[in-house]
Amino acid sequence: MSSGSGFGDEKGGSSSVGEPEYGHDPASGGIFSSDYKRHDDLKEMLDSNKDSLKLEAMKRIVAMIARGKNASDLFPAVVKNVACKNIEVKKLVYVYLVRYAEEQQDLALLSISTFQRGLKDPNQLIRASALRVLSSIRVTIIVPIMMLAIKEAASDMSPYVRKTAAHAIPKLYSLDPEQKDQLIEVIEKLLADKTTLVAGSVVMAFEEVCPERIDLIHKNYRKLCNLLIDVEEWGQVVIINMLTRYARTQFLNPNVNESLLEESGEKAFYGSDDEEGKEEKAEAAALAKRKPYVMDPDHRLLLRNTKPLLQSRNAAVVMAVAQLYFHLAPKAEVGVIAKALVRLMRSHSEVQYVVLQNVATMTIKRRGMFEPYLKSFYIRSTDPTQIKILKLEVLTNLANETNISTILREFQTYIKSMDKDFVAATIQAIGRCATNIGEVRDTCLNGLVQLLSNRDELVVAESVVVIKKLLQMQPEQHSDIIKHMAKLTDNIQVPMARASILWLIGEYCEHVPKIAPDVLRKMAKTFTNEEDIVKLQIINLAAKLYLTNSKQTKLLTQYVLNLAKYDQNYDIRDRARFIRQLIVPTDKSGALSKYAKKLFLALKPAPVLESPFKDRDHFQLGSLSHLLNAKAGGYQELPDWPETAPDPSVRNVEVPEWTKCSSREKRKEKKVEKPFYSDSEEESGPTESADSESDSASGSGSGSESEESGSGSESEESREESESEQEDKEDEEDKRKKKKKTDRGKVKAPAVESPESEESSGAEEKNRAQKVKGRRSGSESESEEEEESESESSRSESESESESESDTDAKKKKKAPVTKPPPKQAKKESKKEKKEMSLLDLDDFEPTPSPQVTPVNNFLSSSLVTDLEGLSLTDTVMAPTTIAPSGSVKTYELLHRITGEGLGVEYCFSRQPFSPDAHMVAVQIMFTNNTNAETKNLHVEDPKLQSGMRIKEFPEIELLPPGEMVTVVMGIDFCDSTQAANFQLCTHIRKFFVSIQPPVGELMMPVFMTENEFKKEQGQLMGMNEISEKLTLGEKCQNEHGIVQRVTSAANVSRVPCGSDKECRFAGKTVSSGILVLVTVATKEERAAQLTVNCEKMVIGTMLVKDILQALTQ
Amino acid sequence: MIHSLFLINSSSDIFLEKHWKSVISRSVCDYFFEVQEKAGEAENVPPVIHAGHHYLINIYREKIFFVSVIQSEVPPLFVIEFLHHVAETFQDYFGECSESAIKDNVVIVYELLEEMLDNGFPLATESNILKELIKPPNILRSVVNSITGSCNVGETLPTGQLSTIPWRRAGVKYTNNEAYFDVVEEIDAILDKTGSVVFAEIQGVIDACVNLTGMPDLTLSFMNPRLLDDVSFHPCVRFKRWESERVLSFIPPDGNFRLLSYHVSAQNLVAIPIYVKQNISFFETGSSGRLDITVGPKQTMGKTVEAVFVTINMPKVVLSANLTATQGNYTYNPVTKTLVWDIGKLSQQKLPNLKGSLTLQCGAPKPEESPSLNIDLKIQQLAISGLKVNRLDMYGEKYKPFKGVKYVSKAGKFQCMAITIWLYIFTNKENSHLKC
Repeated sequence: MSSGSGFGDEKGGSSSVGEPEYGHDPASGGIFSSDYKRHDDLKEMLDSNKDSLKLEAMKRIVAMIARGKNASDLFPAVVKNVACKNIEVKKLVYVYLVRYAEEQQDLALLSISTFQRGLKDPNQLIRASALRVLSSIRVTIIVPIMMLAIKEAASDMSPYVRKTAAHAIPKLYSLDPEQKDQLIEVIEKLLADKTTLVAGSVVMAFEEVCPERIDLIHKNYRKLCNLLIDVEEWGQVVIINMLTRYARTQFLNPNVNESLLEESGEKAFYGSDDEEGKEEKAEAAALAKRKPYVMDPDHRLLLRNTKPLLQSRNAAVVMAVAQLYFHLAPKAEVGVIAKALVRLMRSHSEVQYVVLQNVATMTIKRRGMFEPYLKSFYIRSTDPTQIKILKLEVLTNLANETNISTILREFQTYIKSMDKDFVAATIQAIGRCATNIGEVRDTCLNGLVQLLSNRDELVVAESVVVIKKLLQMQPEQHSDIIKHMAKLTDNIQVPMARASILWLIGEYCEHVPKIAPDVLRKMAKTFTNEEDIVKLQIINLAAKLYLTNSKQTKLLTQYVLNLAKYDQNYDIRDRARFIRQLIVPTDKSGALSKYAKKLFLALKPAPVLESPFKDRDHFQLGSLSHLLNAKAGGYQELPDWPETAPDPSVRNVEVPEWTKCSSREKRKEKKVEKPFYSDSEEESGPTESADSESDSASGSGSGSESEESGSGSESEESREESESEQEDKEDEEDKRKKKKKTDRGKVKAPAVESPESEESSGAEEKNRAQKVKGRRSGSESESEEEEESESESSRSESESESESESDTDAKKKKKAPVTKPPPKQAKKESKKEKKEMSLLDLDDFEPTPSPQVTPVNNFLSSSLVTDLEGLSLTDTVMAPTTIAPSGSVKTYELLHRITGEGLGVEYCFSRQPFSPDAHMVAVQIMFTNNTNAETKNLHVEDPKLQSGMRIKEFPEIELLPPGEMVTVVMGIDFCDSTQAANFQLCTHIRKFFVSIQPPVGELMMPVFMTENEFKKEQGQLMGMNEISEKLTLGEKCQNEHGIVQRVTSAANVSRVPCGSDKECRFAGKTVSSGILVLVTVATKEERAAQLTVNCEKMVIGTMLVKDILQALTQ
Repeated sequence: MIHSLFLINSSSDIFLEKHWKSVISRSVCDYFFEVQEKAGEAENVPPVIHAGHHYLINIYREKIFFVSVIQSEVPPLFVIEFLHHVAETFQDYFGECSESAIKDNVVIVYELLEEMLDNGFPLATESNILKELIKPPNILRSVVNSITGSCNVGETLPTGQLSTIPWRRAGVKYTNNEAYFDVVEEIDAILDKTGSVVFAEIQGVIDACVNLTGMPDLTLSFMNPRLLDDVSFHPCVRFKRWESERVLSFIPPDGNFRLLSYHVSAQNLVAIPIYVKQNISFFETGSSGRLDITVGPKQTMGKTVEAVFVTINMPKVVLSANLTATQGNYTYNPVTKTLVWDIGKLSQQKLPNLKGSLTLQCGAPKPEESPSLNIDLKIQQLAISGLKVNRLDMYGEKYKPFKGVKYVSKAGKFQCMAITIWLYIFTNKENSHLKC
């Protein structure tokens, strides 16, 4: 009696008592003989009216089911007990029913009425379990009953029952797909449910029943994003995967400009200097080239709300977020997932296996992301082989010029492993590194050749195969290796390796003319004992030798071919026959024989060794299909990004319609308990916010709005400032506004705005954004409108204040960079500050040509320009007349304030010498704290630089109060390359990956020299070191002043005095290695001109020519 | 999602099957057996197997294969994580997740599986909720049940299922209110031949045992939270608080749970608590070799290093070992070729040493591969990263709980490399940067 679940607790203990009843071992004798009898007494027990006996019987039956034994003949006896009062008996009966109802449909119908009664039970647990069983018994006749039950349960008071209803939907769908339409209605209803309990299950149902009905998600998108963090883990995975697909159909590709930017990057940088006339045209050109991109706030909402889930304890959730970021995030932000994925590598080996597969795919596309974690992929001798091989794959993918030496050293240790499969894989990995990274090819090759003397034949064989592939790339230089390998034929027995060696000798027989015939001789001797692939290669070798060196090898070839003629393998006989016809001249030899040489000795392309994970990312990462590299049933293709974004307003929620469903009571209890789990920050209580009416219209808006408002007033301030300074700015402004009006129409699709323009006028943008929002939802909610007007008024206030504040503000800001101003410049200080002020703030924009981005230098009076010059160029010898106006200092964005979660960072090349180290380029970095919390301990961490590059970090900023801005200077030695310097910017709470890429013109500093010196130097830099280009000057730079301004803004060079007015000369030297850079612009008739750059470093020269050309022609 | 589950023991017996949708014949496992045979060792069985119209996703735990049958696209990690969760639930219920425990409690196992998945999609997986639905077995209850015929299935819906904190059951009552936290750190390191660190990192977890009445709201803060580089939380932890203040604020589940696992940033130098001097050489002539290993403490912050084990996987040709240990004792298993030296406590004064000769198979070539050493150790009362819990505060309840924190450091994957002959292959070539 006591058996059941009872004694399991005390292991061993008394369990033997219950053993005979159970027959623990299915194979143990006696079971079959007593089977029928046993069932008889089970039936008896089930018929008794004692619950304990029934329970005991049911337990035994369930144990039989668990062991996979057939208990179907008990069905009538069991089904009687479905109405049993005892809840445990009932549960076990349910278990039985679910298992056997499909087989005995008629009898199963007897139980239906019990479930129907259960569906009306006041206890939600009973309602739910009745629905669960009813929907699980897979009897087609009851489909209408099920449908009814599901519909009813979907509007049940208890969220638990609603959850069960969501689970029942796919069950019914698989039973009868014709119910789809009705089921979709239920799904739609449940999708609108506001409880976290239901969300996961209903999305699951959605995925199984109607994954194509993406339109059902629109209205619930923001809610799902906000609820996400509170949904249980399994639901999170499903929701995130679904949202990934959704986002792919609704938003624009955030990386759409990446590839284009790379090509036109430099152009874009310099475009901003242009005067307005050209502006329109340039913009049009730029627009044609690339569509400006602005991230949809909903897209941002998704990224922001999923990010904390990277910290989940559940590997599946982490992986889901990782794939979401990989597929949806802007390139610069994908990096955050690396750390979380590396963490998963400490989990169970199955988890490691799946994660490594995905990491391998990711490393092909985004190598940089995992480079800092290289060591985490080092292999331990205790790893299972399949994990080792995957790690090897990742290491190989991560290999580049800088880390190859460490990786190769790691590989050396792996070669010693006892796991031979792994050693073979390592050798292949070395081969792949060698092909990918030219610099180490010789090293690898030599290493592999050494391995040829290894005692283990497998190692040798694998090496031979890899060496063969490597040699094919550059055979000329390696005849000694081929010779060495020829010697190996005596010892190596592995057929594949022998075949590879023979092929190599045959292919490159002209490099080893003496040895090759000898090898053939040896091979002819052993021909009959060789493996088939070796035989084939012997024939090939013979043929090739016959063609190149028929004098020595004619007889040998004949001999081999004769042997092959009588071989057992038909392939070999065929090959021999074919080759004989082809190479041995006979009277009736076909037309082909004269092409024999071409056939056999054609140049063969080197094999490409590439990762098996290449292009795997067309499957959604983390999916089963990706893992298998084959489409699994039910896989939903990840759609391509749309060309233009569909209407975002579909996601606006009009009226909270959930009120009609019976969740009122639920809501009350929620309000009480809410504070427990939802954090009390601004985004608090996603569910709560969904409840509160005012919020519902702009679910996503709330977050970004508050973020923006911080910076809004500031840029407004700057605008004021510049207006007061310069008249034509005013015009600009007007124009802009007009433009805006015309833009308004398009505003609904915000993607039309370029990111730069967004930056450019933060306040305006905000203003506009609000208006858009207002209009979007204006009709629905008055309160929104009010709010807007309020903020409008507050803004005007700040405007009026801005004048007075700006001076002090400016001082604060400027202090950091100008630490040691020369005394004579002091008096100009204040003026300069003002200047800088406007520079700093206007430069919010990126220098791409667009109407909003009115170049700063337009309204610089020339005197100001020279003033500025005097400050920024320290070469005091220079007479003011020789100083070319350097135009504006362009700022670039290092960290957008949205990505930086309120911390905005920009940088510019201040063109001042970096005092701690003269070989470094000074980079001025401006931090703006747009949050309303203090940011502490800003510092640089973990720089990842190309070899040779160095970085001199700025001193840690202890504290950055909200709304403040701080400027610091750091030095970077770029080694005269335009490679980006990557590093992490850390605050006390966060780290951001950022990178600074210098335009080539910033890698130099001005040099003062006389005309004669210039000519002398130029004379020494002729030929290869001189690059000249003809060009037509742009409209605005026909006069000398224009040219000088353009050139000096494109490159940090100084003007060299010159006698002729047809020529402008400039000189500079690179900061890092001090190599001279000479620029000459000779003007001719009709705006034609010639640009000459002399520089020892041709790369710099070419890039500079391109940049200056761009600056002059526009 | 998950269609069926088969539990398979090491002798390839299917001892439990459960189907959540229609029944799938157990012959589908033949695909699995085929792959298993090919893979040889259990851990080399690929977790995902393509089996005709089905996919088998399996995990290997406690000598049991949990093989789940999938019919359509599903994130593999989803299934793997779930299966591990099942295994952990068994462990939680029966104290161990062994074949015998499962067989002894087959009905409870079945009920659990029924409750955890509905139509193949996870339903209730939190241990607190499951325990309310299905009571874990214990002697007393089984006796009472057998007499009264009452059941171990909960009659009401667990409140946690409905509340906003699904991980905690309501109405918890204890006479002794206690909260214990174990900070356990593991050092993963690879040392090279010379003893210098190739790679070292610290991973830690904080396991909690919380027996507190009512609905307590706890806040745990650290002296040095910046040490934690990468963390993953139990869902109860409020992420926002951590982001902004670096404190752990949570309403704990009842009983045992893992609050946090973390990784100490690689920038912080890892203190390696011991050093190893080793010399294993094989003679070119004659079939013998020498072995000499000394282990000593290093950077232990005044704590004793305990339970030190050195495990060496010897090359195949090593037949036997004739060694003397100055401390502890050693065993050499000639079948698996593993040498295990159990040292015990390390003392500063007398460094334990293991020395002697190895006998090799006659005529076999001298082994090329040099064995690597795996080291296991334990340090009580020390978190090797230096992490310290500052304080634990409780809000929301009136009583004063008893609090305790324990620190333990262990060796995780601690490996010492021996000589690698391949090193000089590159050195005689011109590439100087590869010189080792």
